[in-house]
Amino acid sequence: MIGLYLTGGSVLHRAPAGPKLAVLALGLTAVTLLASTGTVLVALVALGVGYALAGVGLRAAVAQARPLLWLLVLLAAFQTWRADWTTAVEVCGSILVAVLAAGLVTLTTRTEDLLATLVRAMAPLRPLGVHPERVALLLALVIRTVPVLTRIAGEVREARIARGAQWSARALAVPMVIRTVRHADRIGEALIARGADD
Amino acid sequence: MGGMNVVLDQVSHRIGDRLVLDRIDLTLTERRVGVVGLNGSGKSTLARLLDGLVLPTSGRVLVGGLDTRRQAAQVRRRVGFVFTDPDAQIVMPTAGEDVAFSLRRSGLGRDELRQRVERILADHGLAGRGDAPAHLLSGGEKQLLALAAVLATGPSLLVCDEPTTLLDARNARRITSLLADLPQSVLLVTHHLDTVRDFDRVLVVHEGRVVADDTPAAALAAYRRLIEDAP
Repeated sequence: MIGLYLTGGSVLHRAPAGPKLAVLALGLTAVTLLASTGTVLVALVALGVGYALAGVGLRAAVAQARPLLWLLVLLAAFQTWRADWTTAVEVCGSILVAVLAAGLVTLTTRTEDLLATLVRAMAPLRPLGVHPERVALLLALVIRTVPVLTRIAGEVREARIARGAQWSARALAVPMVIRTVRHADRIGEALIARGADD
Repeated sequence: MGGMNVVLDQVSHRIGDRLVLDRIDLTLTERRVGVVGLNGSGKSTLARLLDGLVLPTSGRVLVGGLDTRRQAAQVRRRVGFVFTDPDAQIVMPTAGEDVAFSLRRSGLGRDELRQRVERILADHGLAGRGDAPAHLLSGGEKQLLALAAVLATGPSLLVCDEPTTLLDARNARRITSLLADLPQSVLLVTHHLDTVRDFDRVLVVHEGRVVADDTPAAALAAYRRLIEDAP
């Protein structure tokens, strides 16, 4: 869902990261505050236009929302049961809008541009002891680490099945934690080797 | 570029009760030095000493006259380190960003930086892959990227810790031939004995000691005897 910039020359690709992030923040705030079926539908239509303008394809748009599918189904069922279907549409729709909108920004913006914008935005916090470059590096590492951890989880799951322990939570948790810590250790070593702490 | 200028002076390294390296005395001045040894022999620790990633428990390591303990930052500007697993070395989400991370102190403008990154990627067989997410690169491409990112800083010495261990034969050959053509001095830790056949010098590390230090032919013969004698 993150770190998947798709090369392109659309108007959204060419737009600077700062205004895109500002529109994202304002748009999502509006959707949350206005919270109505109509707002959600308008936002989804706007996002449809945005994805079409970006020219990243329907598959990329669906890929942003797919990981949320079961969560949204369960949430919609719960909201319909506890409240009504309009509340379900508002709540689930707002989440879907947020994910699709954030996805559209990351699909059309290089991570380095997002991080550079973040560093600029955080510059006023320097006197308070905040190091914007370090925060940006931290975020980049998070983005970089997600697919690595996904791969580790997949390998651990396969190993668990191969050893006939597919229902053992321990056989999943212990190697996962050990390998994650080891990976963190190695990344730390690589950062030192690459002069990140100089 | 000339040979490396590395001195290990009575270097020992201990992890807990385990003596990983035991009083190593070495002066390395060649352009190509290979290090071979069994798993757990201490060869990776030896390599890490050269970049200050590991500090000796006793003794000292000098790289170009700089002490890795006291002048670690200067040492790391001279020494590039390539790890076995590129996934643990690539710290940025995309290939281009990772090379750009190495150039962050170059003072280049945005466009100039992008051009330099593209050129570096192209020089390492990754032309047009700047925007590719690092996790979607093949194993060989990842290692090429790791190498490109390290070389982008212009180190005079490159230390490689088993860079071909996780690669298939074709990609291993790609990395090996790239290393062979580098103007930098190279210290290569490897299990692929063929890769150090043409080196200037090969060290065999066993149980924390350098048990053979010779031409590749002689050192590798000693290593093979060691493997045959091993329980």
